Amino acid sequence: MSSPKTRKITVGALTRVEGEGALHVRVCDDRIEDVRLSIYEPPRFFESFLRGRAIEEVPDITARICGICPIAYQMTSVHALEKALGVRITPEIRQLRRLLYCGEWIESHVLHIYMLNAPDFFDSDSGIELAKQYPDEVNRGLRMKKIGNRVLEILGGRAIHPINVRVGGFYKAPSVGELTSLLPELQWGLEAAIESARWVAGFDFPEFDSPVELVALQHPDEYPMNEGRIASNQRNPIDVDDYEQHFTETHVAHSTALHSHLGDEQSSYFLGPLARLYFNHERLLPPARRLVEQLCHTWPMTNRFHAILARSIEVVHAFAEAIEIIQGYSTLSPPSITYQHQDATGCAATEAPRGMIYHRYQITASGEVQASKIVPPTSQNQKQIESDLRGFLPSLLERSDSEVARECEKLIRTYDPCISCSTHFLKLTLERL
Amino acid sequence: MNASATRKRLGVFKFASCDGCQLSLLCCEDELLAVADKIEIAFFLEATSHIQDGPFDLALVEGSISTAEDIKRIQRIRKQSRVLVTIGACATSGGIQSLRNWADHDEFVRAVYASPEYIESLSTSTAVADHVAVDFELRGCPINQHQLLEVILAFNAGRKPNIPSHSVCMECKRRGTVCIAVTKNQPCVGPVTHAGCGAICPAYDRACYGCFGPAEQANCPPLSQHYLHSGTSPKQMVHALRNMNSVARVFQIESDRIESSTHDDTKQ
Repeated sequence: MSSPKTRKITVGALTRVEGEGALHVRVCDDRIEDVRLSIYEPPRFFESFLRGRAIEEVPDITARICGICPIAYQMTSVHALEKALGVRITPEIRQLRRLLYCGEWIESHVLHIYMLNAPDFFDSDSGIELAKQYPDEVNRGLRMKKIGNRVLEILGGRAIHPINVRVGGFYKAPSVGELTSLLPELQWGLEAAIESARWVAGFDFPEFDSPVELVALQHPDEYPMNEGRIASNQRNPIDVDDYEQHFTETHVAHSTALHSHLGDEQSSYFLGPLARLYFNHERLLPPARRLVEQLCHTWPMTNRFHAILARSIEVVHAFAEAIEIIQGYSTLSPPSITYQHQDATGCAATEAPRGMIYHRYQITASGEVQASKIVPPTSQNQKQIESDLRGFLPSLLERSDSEVARECEKLIRTYDPCISCSTHFLKLTLERL
Repeated sequence: MNASATRKRLGVFKFASCDGCQLSLLCCEDELLAVADKIEIAFFLEATSHIQDGPFDLALVEGSISTAEDIKRIQRIRKQSRVLVTIGACATSGGIQSLRNWADHDEFVRAVYASPEYIESLSTSTAVADHVAVDFELRGCPINQHQLLEVILAFNAGRKPNIPSHSVCMECKRRGTVCIAVTKNQPCVGPVTHAGCGAICPAYDRACYGCFGPAEQANCPPLSQHYLHSGTSPKQMVHALRNMNSVARVFQIESDRIESSTHDDTKQ
């Protein structure tokens, strides 16, 4: 009998992801012995220093968890705090919050599609490199992204860490003129997003389609952004209030991001645009729904490499919904609902661009945070990424170390992992024992 | 002429941060491809998988120093870089994560992580300038993307960046916003805060919360005395100065001064 064939591969830095992490893989003969996605982004202790801060400061502080999806953190914070305070916002405030979410989905998704993910399908190193091959497409992407940022700037004050979100609503309502001035660009953006989705649908997609528990918010009337029940393809729907009874977090040695599990069996689960589309495609607005019929040839669509297509379809929806909201906007009076401080606890889940995000706050009658819990989407996807890599690696083992690393990075990138959220390198170490 | 032989080499590096400031470069949608023609992006993990070694003509550093490894890494980056510029509040003045500097670090770790022994972090989050020489500090949480472009183009041309260092008040006046501190008695820190955001908060009917850090020659005590005498609580005033730029020297000194005088009052 020959001795076991050993091999060790290291990828120093995972690129085109947000945040810093590493991947360690150990292989003995053809058996994958260990896969560890490690996030070595330094911890920043948000839940610790939120204690004692005024609840009014919370959306400004939690925005700083992530520069790519600050709206998701702000929205989830204010929804959870409003739940604790018993504040019921007006339908008009709710619509403007959805408009903010549309802006963030456009900006974040288009960044990922054109700058981070699309280069993988052309063996290109970056979006800037890709622009030499496909100048019209990349410039189209950059212009779409700019429109998303423009929505955030008008409604939120600025694109990164907006300043207009508050508990109860907004500091200042936008004027009808300010919002309608966005319409010509949004109309262009809608057409561009449809073209963009068709371009993406023509990519040569690798296959990786292992069974997975899909989890996303589901809402009876609308595509979920800021509200809904937690749907799964393997269990009954879960109320957001019961989140912590079903979802648990554990601290593993190789990561500063906590690992999330679902159910008694502690299973991994899959969040993000593919999961959202699975549960909610019927409630996409017509231009996006037509694209699902025309472009999504397999259903359910769970090939991880199709995430870029799901993201592209969501961008179409976000443009269409932004137009609808602005066309229906008349005024916002008052811009926010007043409230009384009280001892209470409240939680909320919303859909960040990368998937479901959960916050809980315990607050005091003097209006301070006593305790909080913040669960970002990437930490929830971490276990599923490891499990996917375990399933994906055997098909790659004949190839060179650098190719194995490159293909693993591509799979990880389909998740659009936002590692800053927890804590920016993804380092791949492959040990073949 | 071979453009690539004469292009200067840019490195973008990240420490503890939210990614927002380096994202500002990717948010320069109209200028990004033009900048990439002028300057060689040699190291920028978020944007490109083509990773090159130093030396770098210009290093942009995002994030604060919060682990022992960070200290070694920033020193290596400094040695490889002709010009080093910090971008944003974290790299320039510690970031929101520097709130730990006033807390019991071990307790902070225990409050978030079940197995504190797995966590390797320093008890403080500090500015890059506390560890290595910094050639220019670009302020803001997040930085202003137009100011970032100005910094890159200025260093590429070998001149000093033209970044105003006056307070937010000047921007408010230019924008024609009615003073929120005077008319609404809100504890706006705009008078001591560095310009750059365009005075957005007062334009959206709220007080400036100082996310660009202190303006040049900011004089904090008279401002906080005024607010403390007109209904702002000491805790509120401390928190107004102690958020994204809490270890910026003048903010730190003033927030500590208010806190210690409050304690003295309690003793009396």
